[in-house]
Amino acid sequence: MTPSTIELTASAEDRRIAGLAAAAIGLTLAEAAIPLPIPGVKPGLANIVTLLVLYRYGWRSAAWVAGLRIIAGALVLGQFLTPAFVLSLTGGMMSLAILAVAMHLPRRLFGPVGLSLLAAFAHIGTQLWIVDAWLLPGVSILGLLPLFLGAAWLTGLVNGLAAAHLLGKPSRTESV
Amino acid sequence: MLIAARGLFATFRPGDWLLAGAGLALVGGLWLRQADSLEGRVVVRVDGQVVETAGLRLNRVIEVAGPLGPSRIEIQAGRVRVVADPSPRQLCVRQGWIPPGGAAVCLPNRISVENAAAGYDTLNY
Repeated sequence: MTPSTIELTASAEDRRIAGLAAAAIGLTLAEAAIPLPIPGVKPGLANIVTLLVLYRYGWRSAAWVAGLRIIAGALVLGQFLTPAFVLSLTGGMMSLAILAVAMHLPRRLFGPVGLSLLAAFAHIGTQLWIVDAWLLPGVSILGLLPLFLGAAWLTGLVNGLAAAHLLGKPSRTESV
Repeated sequence: MLIAARGLFATFRPGDWLLAGAGLALVGGLWLRQADSLEGRVVVRVDGQVVETAGLRLNRVIEVAGPLGPSRIEIQAGRVRVVADPSPRQLCVRQGWIPPGGAAVCLPNRISVENAAAGYDTLNY
């Protein structure tokens, strides 16, 4: 029997995506440890990484990092294939879709903060829609809107400011 | 502190301000709309017009005058019921405690009592 050799060569881009996804997963885990009074409201710190990657390496890399973070983060937290995972996945996909469009807005007018806000609202909007259509059918979620949209506004703003701050610094990953 | 804040907001571009403002207006508008909704309260109507709303947390007796005479509505330990009503068949009184999301209608005295509390527990999801 001839020994089969399967060789997987990781390109520099693969390594970069893996490293950034690891950072995003780390943030997801860290924020899961933060006690929050209301289920469903969390800061979404990993989206800072998504925004950074979007600006530095483009949409494709950002989608990889976000996708890996959602799946691996859910696996580590024991949420894989649960409703929470479905919400995280659909919210993430819609955010990425919005970002794919929004990143072509004129840079002079729209910065990281604007993109972060758009992504946050897309994220929570999709999640509330899924909750309404699938998890709590027939129950009016209208009463939850101000709370969740308010939280999305705040976290979108803070994450956008964090991303803008980090984007202003020289990249460390480029020298690696 | 001020300089740090200025540095922070220097990253805002015109469109960012616009989006942040629009988002805030949306949230604020929804909040205001929410503020005068009757969700989570006991709503008493005579002839379809709201005459009294009350929270479920405070024990109290509400007297409302209908065309036939006064009805007494009791809020007790987070529950609500119609205690007395002049309507001949006493359907709304015999209904007992009104479940969350339910209502009692006293006819022909034209009084309705709605328990507009949410009938579900979101935390369980």
